[in-house]
Amino acid sequence: MSVTEMFADIQGFLSADQDIREDIRKVVQQLEQAAREILTLLQSVHQPTGFKEIPTKCAKAREMFCTVRTHMADLKTKFPAEQYYRFQEHWRFVLQRLAFLATFVGYLECEALVTREEAAKIIGIEVVREEGFHLGVEDYLAGVLIMASELSRLAVNSVTAGDYSRPLRISNFINELDSGFRLLNLKNDPLRKRYDGLKYDVKKIEEVVYDLSIRGLSKEPDNAGDK
Amino acid sequence: MSKGDAQGCLKKSGGLQERDASANASSSPVIAAFKVFQQELDTKHDKHERLVKISRDITIESKRTIFLLHRVTSVTDVESILKESDVKLDLVRRKIAQIAEELKGEDIYQFHRAFTAGIQEYVEAVSFQHYIRHRTLISLEEINAMLVFTEAQSTDAKEPAEEDAPPPTVTAVSAPPFQVIPSDYLLGVADLTGELMRMCIGSVGNGDIDTPFQLSQFLRQVHDGFSYIGNSGPYEVSKKLHTLRQSLAKVEDACYALRVAGSEIPKHMLADVFASRDAMMDADEGVA
Repeated sequence: MSVTEMFADIQGFLSADQDIREDIRKVVQQLEQAAREILTLLQSVHQPTGFKEIPTKCAKAREMFCTVRTHMADLKTKFPAEQYYRFQEHWRFVLQRLAFLATFVGYLECEALVTREEAAKIIGIEVVREEGFHLGVEDYLAGVLIMASELSRLAVNSVTAGDYSRPLRISNFINELDSGFRLLNLKNDPLRKRYDGLKYDVKKIEEVVYDLSIRGLSKEPDNAGDK
Repeated sequence: MSKGDAQGCLKKSGGLQERDASANASSSPVIAAFKVFQQELDTKHDKHERLVKISRDITIESKRTIFLLHRVTSVTDVESILKESDVKLDLVRRKIAQIAEELKGEDIYQFHRAFTAGIQEYVEAVSFQHYIRHRTLISLEEINAMLVFTEAQSTDAKEPAEEDAPPPTVTAVSAPPFQVIPSDYLLGVADLTGELMRMCIGSVGNGDIDTPFQLSQFLRQVHDGFSYIGNSGPYEVSKKLHTLRQSLAKVEDACYALRVAGSEIPKHMLADVFASRDAMMDADEGVA
């Protein structure tokens, strides 16, 4: 085989690769759009009026995840299933966003951590690599960390809205997450970088809890009502 | 806040204390989940580390093979050096078999970053050897054909290889084969051009007049091939293209000097001319 032929062969491979990437990018754009819409909806829980409507907002967000699931099903058809990691960088960001949205909805509903299995189900993908398009453990954890910073914001805003007990519950939840993350031996990678931000979220929530307790606002709500 | 709300909160904070207590006992669902994540991440990191280590060994052995092969310009017995390099490359291939073993059932791209450097170096070494032997560019298929491992090959890893180049015509394939991906092949070939440039300058220094011309022709072909790919390849390829141009220019300059000087200087004095030219080249390289 001549040198020219050999390079022509490789060029053929490279352009086929580019076509796949092009296709993936299109679907990922749609996914990002869907994720933004859900985020906008959920952002309104920070509004004082939003607190009472949390259950309805969550129900609506759950509905919107349907779009995400159809786009995900579309994305799966764009590349060979066993080459997930070859193209991973295209959807890593949006997948972490979706993991965040899924865990956030789950937290708002039942104030507990959504498991990786449950989050994957909401997004419409698998958990184990062998079964196809999956939610990798790093992406799930990254999503959980985004949720943690969202919750620290929620703690501040719930005080503003007059809900003094929520920050305490959030504080307990975040502390549990923190001790969970302490179990992990993280390498010097993007996940580790993001984890390093968790302590600021913890600190922020602790400050809110402190402010509430020195003013006696975190006491049992009956007592607070008496004063 | 209405009374109903307050009671709702009270109830919730009561439930929360329970949850908190169970967290202290380290049996909360969150902690249990994170213990599973810990295991999964650790397994992944361990595998990555092992692959990095193998890759480093491959890089070192391949570099040594390349050094060995550079000696062909100064010795008469080319065949013995090629035989020796076969033995060395065989060792490298056994290491690649270990990578293949590690990647069994995994997505090769997931750990690709761990071993890409080693594989590129191997491609460089094996294509250099191939060029010296056949004066052609080895193809990706030929490289991959050499990386089909049999059980027999991996078991006799202890005894020094007596047979040269392992016969690619193997029947029972039990160990997983390893596939070099096109971008690693491209990057390896780009590195090869640097070696060929050194070989050209080296052979000029030894008064060898034919090799430089052959090399410049071959390098031009490779250069044209890379120009054809241009920016459509991975990012690293376009970076290497610059170095490739420099190497090509050096070889072309050497050929030019050979032609000019060769027409007016008696044959027996050629070696002196190119020895000085070689020194100039080295100085040039030091600056760049």
